[in-house]
Amino acid sequence: MKALALLKSWEGLLLFLLIVIVGLSFENSPVYMGVGNIVNLFQLEIEKIIVALAMTLLIINGEIDLSVASVMGLAACVVAWMFHHGVSMPLAMLAALVAGAVAGLFNGFWVAYVGLPSLAVTLAGLIGYRGIARILVEDRSYGGYPAWFNAIGQHPQFGPLTVSIIVFAILFVVTAVVLHLSGFGRLVYVMGNNLQAARYSGIRVRPIKMSLFVASSTVSALAGILYATRLGSVRGDMAQGFELDIITMVLLGGVSIFGGSGNLAGVGLSILAILNLRNGMGLANITGNTQTSVIGALLILSVLVPNTVDMIRNKWKGRTT
Amino acid sequence: MNWLQRNIRPEQIREFSLLLLIVVAITIFSALIPNYFVPRTFDRIASSVAIIAVAAVGQTLVVLTRNIDLSVGSLIGCSAYFAGTMAGLDKGLPPIVVVLIAVALGVAGGIVNGLIVTLGRVPSIIVTLGTLAIYRGFLVDLSGAKTVTTDSLPKWIVDLPHASVFSLGKLDFTVSIVLTLVIVAIFQFAITRMNYGRRFYAIGSNPDAAQLIGMPLRSTVFTTFVLSGALAGLAGFLTLARYGNITVDNGRGLELQVVAAVVVGGVNIFGGSGTVVGAMLGAVLIGTLEQSLYRLDISEFWRDALLGLLILLAVASDAVILERLRALWSRTELKLIDKPPPQVGAVGGSPP
Repeated sequence: MKALALLKSWEGLLLFLLIVIVGLSFENSPVYMGVGNIVNLFQLEIEKIIVALAMTLLIINGEIDLSVASVMGLAACVVAWMFHHGVSMPLAMLAALVAGAVAGLFNGFWVAYVGLPSLAVTLAGLIGYRGIARILVEDRSYGGYPAWFNAIGQHPQFGPLTVSIIVFAILFVVTAVVLHLSGFGRLVYVMGNNLQAARYSGIRVRPIKMSLFVASSTVSALAGILYATRLGSVRGDMAQGFELDIITMVLLGGVSIFGGSGNLAGVGLSILAILNLRNGMGLANITGNTQTSVIGALLILSVLVPNTVDMIRNKWKGRTT
Repeated sequence: MNWLQRNIRPEQIREFSLLLLIVVAITIFSALIPNYFVPRTFDRIASSVAIIAVAAVGQTLVVLTRNIDLSVGSLIGCSAYFAGTMAGLDKGLPPIVVVLIAVALGVAGGIVNGLIVTLGRVPSIIVTLGTLAIYRGFLVDLSGAKTVTTDSLPKWIVDLPHASVFSLGKLDFTVSIVLTLVIVAIFQFAITRMNYGRRFYAIGSNPDAAQLIGMPLRSTVFTTFVLSGALAGLAGFLTLARYGNITVDNGRGLELQVVAAVVVGGVNIFGGSGTVVGAMLGAVLIGTLEQSLYRLDISEFWRDALLGLLILLAVASDAVILERLRALWSRTELKLIDKPPPQVGAVGGSPP
């Protein structure tokens, strides 16, 4: 009975999907299950999945942050600009993180304290932060970083694992604990379910919303720095358009766009499914563009299919009783 | 004050202030840029505004009903590319057929969006986020990485951006400008004066109430998506006429500019308030900034940062100032209604 319930749940569906994808890919290409390919599979989209963790908290809270990709670009450009103006690299990286946190404070201020819709505020952030990044680097490309900086992103440091993967693993555990085991996490859900009720029951909703926006932007800045270490050069249009992929990962994980429901296990499975799907299709010589279409279709189907099943079930019940 | 409140709605003050902002922006630019007031500037701003404004009209309808259409950028790209390819293959194709091909493609995309949103009950942001990727995928796969070039197009399309309908002084009103103005006028009339158009506001203000009084919720929302698709298709045709060279990347990211125009134009992102004229003014302001900033000596890279700030200001002023105005307006209305009724039958009433 418990197994059946798991199968019917969202996570069960994702797990089934994941197994099918991995099975098909394995049959298609014998190198699929090698350690090299699995590390590679994470490594190619590692920055997006790091940001997806913070985005999960925000969407469960009933908000959205469209500016994450621009903050990633901004952080990378801050690192590049400061380094090329003679600031030491560790200090430049710290400044980039601070820039991310400030961007988050800015978003959070307008949403939590002024009460503007986060969709509009972070749309302005999406355009504005990208603009600041462009002002810093214009249309140049900055390279020539110290060897240790590039090594962070390009060479495995812990056995076969890279720093980015370790960062992702740590953040995943931290997010899981915060969201599912702490009182703070419960409040995040409560606010996503009913903000008015949360406010009337004496929860200090504003600092919580603010801290989520700061967390989202700071994590994005960290991901942006990691992206710079992996590419080894920085341009103004870095990470452009990533926000759509990131939001897709979260929503496919069963997190409701209206807030209040979803869990990190679902998002973890959805990340694995998307990574495997992209990697498997890549090994089967399917172009990146078609991959994006398939994931777009998957996103729609992920909500459409359960809705349709529900509707048919309700109709059936209506007839028999 | 009473006269003001009877005759002007808060939204109109908002539109007027936007108009003022455009005038201020143009005045500042004309002081900073030598030779700003030439017909060329007008032409350049107007032809780029036309594309965004037409798509923004459709987006306004969708946003009014508490939905959003993020797939317009891909639809503009698709219709520009395929209409261009068809016109290039058969140069004898009558102009109206080429326009219809572009619009029909947009309608097809809109129908898919609308069906999934209304029948499938999937939130529009998820549906159009998905179709944004899917329509672009179609375009890239079906095109085989070929490009529509100006050489391959029939002469009438290439000449269209210079074809003037009428002139006002030295300013030429080209076909695309006139078309945009006509569309804005039609839809402004439809949503403010016609029964059917008022439904968009009713549904956006309170979907449950709209359904309870018997409004066909689903078919109306479906219609807004089809109209948004159709107008995106038309914007695609205008893109084709303006640029001539259409790559598969055409229109990528345009959805953000369209949504930005709508938001700057004072359309509430949560539905229920805003006008088509407002969205057009938003597009004009964004277009003016975009086309003027790069002629300044400061780097063109400031453009995006300023645009972001502008959107934020627009939304913030909407929330802070417009809400106050609305509250003021409705308070006076209440006062007018709430005059204590004459106490006629005071006999059988109040307890001692």
